[in-house]
Amino acid sequence: MRGLAALLMCVLALRAFAIDPLPFKDRAEEVRFQNLTKELRCLVCQNQSLADSEAQLAGELRRQVFEMMQSGKSDEEIKQYLVARYNDFVLYDPPMKPGTWLLWLGPGALLIVGVGVLLNVLRKRARQAVADIDPEEDW
Amino acid sequence: MFPELGQFALVLALLLAFVQCALPIYGAWRGNAVLIGVARPAVAGQAVFVALAFGLLTHAFVTQDFSVAYVAQNSNLSLPWYYRFPAVWGAHEGSLLLWVLILNIWSVAVAALSRRLPDALMARVLGVLGFISFGFLLFTILTSNPFLRHIPALADGNDLNPILQDPGLIMHPPMLYTGYVGFSVAFAFGIASLLGGELDVAWVRWARPWTNVAWAFLTLGISLGSWWAYYVLGWGGWWFWDPVENASFMPWLVGTALIHSQAVTEKRGSFRAWTLLLSIFAFSLSLLGTFLVRSGVLTSVHAFASDPKRGMFILAFLGVVVGGSLLIYALRAPKIAGGKPFHLLSRETLLLVNNLMFACAAAMVLLGTLYPLIGDALDAGRISVGPPYFGFMFVLLMLPIACLLPLGPFFRWATADWRATWRALRPALAVAIVAAVVAKMLTRDLPLRGVAGVAASLWVALGIALYALRRWRDAPRGKRYTPEMLGMIAAHFGVALFLAGVLGTEATSVERDLRLAPNEKVDIGGLDFRFRGVERKPGPNYLADEGTIEVSRDDKLITTLHPQKRQYSGGGQIQTISDIDPGLFRDLYVALGEPLDQGAWAVRVYVKPFVRWIWLGGLCMMLGGFLAAADRRFRTLPERSELAAREAMPKLAEAKA
Amino acid sequence: MRLLPLAVFAALVCLLAFGIHWNEHHEMTEVPSPLIGKPAPDFTLPYLYEADKTLSRSELLGKPYVLNVFGSWCPTCQYEHPILTDSVKKLGIKLVGLDWRDDPDDAKRWLAQFGNPYDAVITDRDGRAGIDFGVYMAPESFLVDAQGMIRYKRIGMFTPELVRSELLPRIAELAKPLQATP
Repeated sequence: MRGLAALLMCVLALRAFAIDPLPFKDRAEEVRFQNLTKELRCLVCQNQSLADSEAQLAGELRRQVFEMMQSGKSDEEIKQYLVARYNDFVLYDPPMKPGTWLLWLGPGALLIVGVGVLLNVLRKRARQAVADIDPEEDW
Repeated sequence: MFPELGQFALVLALLLAFVQCALPIYGAWRGNAVLIGVARPAVAGQAVFVALAFGLLTHAFVTQDFSVAYVAQNSNLSLPWYYRFPAVWGAHEGSLLLWVLILNIWSVAVAALSRRLPDALMARVLGVLGFISFGFLLFTILTSNPFLRHIPALADGNDLNPILQDPGLIMHPPMLYTGYVGFSVAFAFGIASLLGGELDVAWVRWARPWTNVAWAFLTLGISLGSWWAYYVLGWGGWWFWDPVENASFMPWLVGTALIHSQAVTEKRGSFRAWTLLLSIFAFSLSLLGTFLVRSGVLTSVHAFASDPKRGMFILAFLGVVVGGSLLIYALRAPKIAGGKPFHLLSRETLLLVNNLMFACAAAMVLLGTLYPLIGDALDAGRISVGPPYFGFMFVLLMLPIACLLPLGPFFRWATADWRATWRALRPALAVAIVAAVVAKMLTRDLPLRGVAGVAASLWVALGIALYALRRWRDAPRGKRYTPEMLGMIAAHFGVALFLAGVLGTEATSVERDLRLAPNEKVDIGGLDFRFRGVERKPGPNYLADEGTIEVSRDDKLITTLHPQKRQYSGGGQIQTISDIDPGLFRDLYVALGEPLDQGAWAVRVYVKPFVRWIWLGGLCMMLGGFLAAADRRFRTLPERSELAAREAMPKLAEAKA
Repeated sequence: MRLLPLAVFAALVCLLAFGIHWNEHHEMTEVPSPLIGKPAPDFTLPYLYEADKTLSRSELLGKPYVLNVFGSWCPTCQYEHPILTDSVKKLGIKLVGLDWRDDPDDAKRWLAQFGNPYDAVITDRDGRAGIDFGVYMAPESFLVDAQGMIRYKRIGMFTPELVRSELLPRIAELAKPLQATP
């Protein structure tokens, strides 16, 4: 029930707004900020990124990220700062660890198996005689 | 009185759905013509009662009958009359009824337009559709009755969620559902052929136009949803890999594989197992999507209110329908790989790769969407999967498709002359590479995505153009382009547009958050944005702060934008309404933030080049789907000799694709 | 081989059924804290009622306490309030209130209206200390042991049931020293 109320609040935007004019040094810094905050999850409105969320906590965290950028911290350090306090869940990009091996390697493994099966099938098919094709029938 | 009539209509529809399912299928099994003949009238009867129920619910909304709980929850006295219609499907119960209505419309269409189908097949197809309808009606009546009364009647209702008070709501869900639900027809044909134990592939010819139309509608529905999110949510994004978006995208991916696989099965007799499985999977993913959105298993800004009881019901239904069909498949699927043989280098192989890549992409999206659940089950903590994962993996998996796409039409069936293909496509590749290099030289800071976008979209577009040209030159007049071929050309061109739009906009979009005082101006991308202040403006059920921003280039006014911040009277919710100046080559997009000190406001400005090409691409693909479905070959029965030729069985002893 | 799709689907159904079950017994928006078993973050914050004096983490060492994050703007905190007064206080443990992102005058008014169950109230006006604790909603509560290590975090309000089933046993466990966490 509480979760539902929180969700509704996020959808209907009752609090601070995600438009934050921050005093960026230059364009490159602004782009870096935008990309970084897009990769972080807002914990209040959990289906929005830190960049898009209108929750007050999101605004404060954005300011925190900005200050850390200004003081020379790298993207990785900023992410670690937040993860240490809020859990991996704050990252949209799941870190590679035993719990996420299936996630990152699964599709690739499936593809490799699929290609293997495919090649096998194609080899069997190739052994059959192929009749001549009438160009009319090409389509 | 009318809402009770609505409930009664639903119950009658339920009974007719049962009749539609049980009798014809039994009749087809036993060869009983009378029972088979029950199918079409049952379809018609059920449709009448479902339409009646839907009409009565709409009537309750239009007359603002707040004694009906669902109406009171989703509309109020100040809701403008034109939003009372789409408010019917604004929440769970009503949208479910829409689902059932659309299923019935498809069923009526199938029943009416398939006079030439063998009776037993027709009976089974309609029977399967009846079974699905039965399940959904039962679900509606038992757990999601939209006609429940609220006694005593409320004087006024809640408001319709302001985000939904938008023209997009009128179009997006119906188009999306038409696509989603339409895959049930391909599913029904597949199951019908398995039940009937038919060895020939005539059923695929019948199923193809229905599948193409469903796919086209789904493409439209997804495009509309993306466009709607773009201009309503105010954050310039067009796709968020949100669980509910993924729920509609997975059937689309499998559906794309399906329409291609069906083509191979119909023309060459191969890929029967693929086509059967893809038919089952496409609709299964539609059902899964319905489950995910309504069960509360995944959180999403998009989801309807969750309820474990509803979740268990849909899951049980999902289990029966999909589990049942996969069991039927396991028992009755063709044991021997059929169809005309083909070499390693052939159109068949390309399409086999196509099937594989799209199936893997759908599996990847499913894995990523459900992974948080898997994390909970493995007790691995709360795992978060978002756009960085999906975007990255999706691009990787689609890369081979983008590279191989132009080869498809040039490669022949069975044996492809790759040398001739290379000669034909060389110019396209050359232009693509040169253009990408030139683009990089002209725009120094163009990221890799932009370069790749130029190359990929030109490669695909020119590739298909070269094929169209060749057909024009080589084929005799009057036989140059069949509708099916035109469909392919349009759809593949749509892919090129889509690639250009996505990669172009990702590479060149500019987003700035600004503090603007009245009359202050800022230069973005060569355009001057001048802020003229904010004034109050009342609306039908809200009060708005409206900003004015003039956009000019070299002192010539291009457009004036009016972003708003609305406060709704119903529930006090605040909504950001951005204003967009749409353009074929760029969008200008402005959203209003908070008032700051000294009369200044926080304003967000976007310049988004090529963003419209994303949806134009989607529309072209949709057009392609409709064109392909209009081909005359689908309306004639295949010749006996054709059927026999396709059944040339090779001496394989294993069940394979 | 042809049973493979069915087998995979069966696994999927099990996963989804698990999901429904999980959903019923867990709050979906709860994010487990990475600070459990780690030292509480350092803080030095002014008292609400004596703004010129501050309380820091080191001063609280030596005795366990419950840190309850609240705000006058938080409706759920109102519901939790009587439970703090009745159930938590009865446990005899020190209760420190952290007034999070709040105006001190509003907070004083709120406490005057609803009563003050806290042994001490400190204010975090800009929310920095809250961020250090990984607070993302109110109310939240932390159980900190005598060595200053966080042993338990409650996200959301306490109910008498939760106090009995989760807080009480953990306070009892405080007598045992904390095992080294990886």
